[in-house]
Amino acid sequence: MTDLAQLLPLALLGAVFGLDVVSFPQAMISRPLVAATAAALLLGDPVRGLLVGATLEMFALETLPFGASRYPEWGSAAVIGGSLFTLHDNTSAGALTVAVLAALSAAWIGGWSMVQLRKLNAILARQRHEAVAAGSKRVVEGLQVFGLTADLLRGGLLTMVLLALFTPVQQYVLGTWNSDPRVSRAVVVGVAASVAAGAVWKVVHAAPGARWLMLVGVAVGLALVAMR
Amino acid sequence: MSTQVEIPTRTRLAMFVRLLAIQGAWNYETLLGNGIGFCVEPALRLLPGGQDGPAYRSALARQSQYFNAHPYMASVAVGALARAELDGEAPARIERFRTALCGPLGSVGDRLVWAAWLPACSVAALAAFGFGVGTGGVLLVFIGIYNAGHVALRAWGLSAGLEHGMRVASALGGPVLRRGPAHLAQAAALIGGIALPLALDQVIGPGRALFGIVLGAVALGGVVLARLHGRAEGWKIGIGLLALFVLYSVAR
Repeated sequence: MTDLAQLLPLALLGAVFGLDVVSFPQAMISRPLVAATAAALLLGDPVRGLLVGATLEMFALETLPFGASRYPEWGSAAVIGGSLFTLHDNTSAGALTVAVLAALSAAWIGGWSMVQLRKLNAILARQRHEAVAAGSKRVVEGLQVFGLTADLLRGGLLTMVLLALFTPVQQYVLGTWNSDPRVSRAVVVGVAASVAAGAVWKVVHAAPGARWLMLVGVAVGLALVAMR
Repeated sequence: MSTQVEIPTRTRLAMFVRLLAIQGAWNYETLLGNGIGFCVEPALRLLPGGQDGPAYRSALARQSQYFNAHPYMASVAVGALARAELDGEAPARIERFRTALCGPLGSVGDRLVWAAWLPACSVAALAAFGFGVGTGGVLLVFIGIYNAGHVALRAWGLSAGLEHGMRVASALGGPVLRRGPAHLAQAAALIGGIALPLALDQVIGPGRALFGIVLGAVALGGVVLARLHGRAEGWKIGIGLLALFVLYSVAR
């Protein structure tokens, strides 16, 4: 995807979802399930976005945004994954695998970019420390507006640059793909579900009875699958 | 005893909207500090001398220093600190209170929201996806349920803080905050257990043999990752595995 008319709306979407991760409004519209579906909706096929979004959501279950910890930035990454997957039709055997791999890589780079922005915010806060200590409304509000604007730009630029970079790579990889379509999907969702299973277990295992409840849940889920 | 300063609805609304951007200037030195000052500021305009008066400036300076808490639970701090400033509490007392708030508001919020509410809503949405609910329905389940809790928590926090001021600790002992995380974790365990096989089946499509193999691999992978807790991150391992599979699929 190198067409600016197609890239710009997606970059805007990446900016908005990237901003939601931490800065504003943290309503979790940046979760992959939502962000990937929205990107695919923009490209005309929200159902494919939901598929890649659900797969990415399983990875995202492991990375919860605790305080100052470093975590992947799922907002713009999911826009990238949703867009890449939607650009290829259902017969592309490795489309889901490549889109998920691209989104995971983007989430990693996005997490790094958030750390850089936090360092920049710290430099500015240090430089304006005296004005803040004097109770300057203009400076306190200015720091906040700068951080929000910079985060919005960060998400937008990240989405645009990575989409422009990943699209030709994706086309090359899918053009030379030699694995069976169903096996390709099974591998990616298998890895995603392993991460999700481990993550849910880590989160719930300390709660009373949660281990048994999870096992009961799996049994019910399997029974429902068998009845299909 | 002097009467409490009444906070107009418009000021409360301004504080609430600002709370949504409380982490806008988050950084590794003052953390949430500037955000607290930013959110308390509309209330500080009600101090004697008004905006830019000496009381306003010293209060804004005090409230913009280092602070750490969960971003949603910070609403409790914003409300309580605004009330303390408007009640004319001694600056040293407000600073001690501000420092004391950090720990509880961080741990309560992390346990309730990041470790319970968010995963519970996420697996509920995955379950909806697994049941074959349409795109709009899945998004509605996630965004609707999550934000009902999110907005309610921020609104309650601000209101409790403004009402109780420096005695806000009593509000933090409520049953939802004490027992909520455990109940939510139990719900997440049950729903997560149901959701994973259904979501797997939804992505892979028809074919029992392949589903069985993947399920076995997921069980094994999940156990390994749970045992690696803290030593390795599953999503990073996932990048490595998927990159290897892509190389294999291209090179074979």
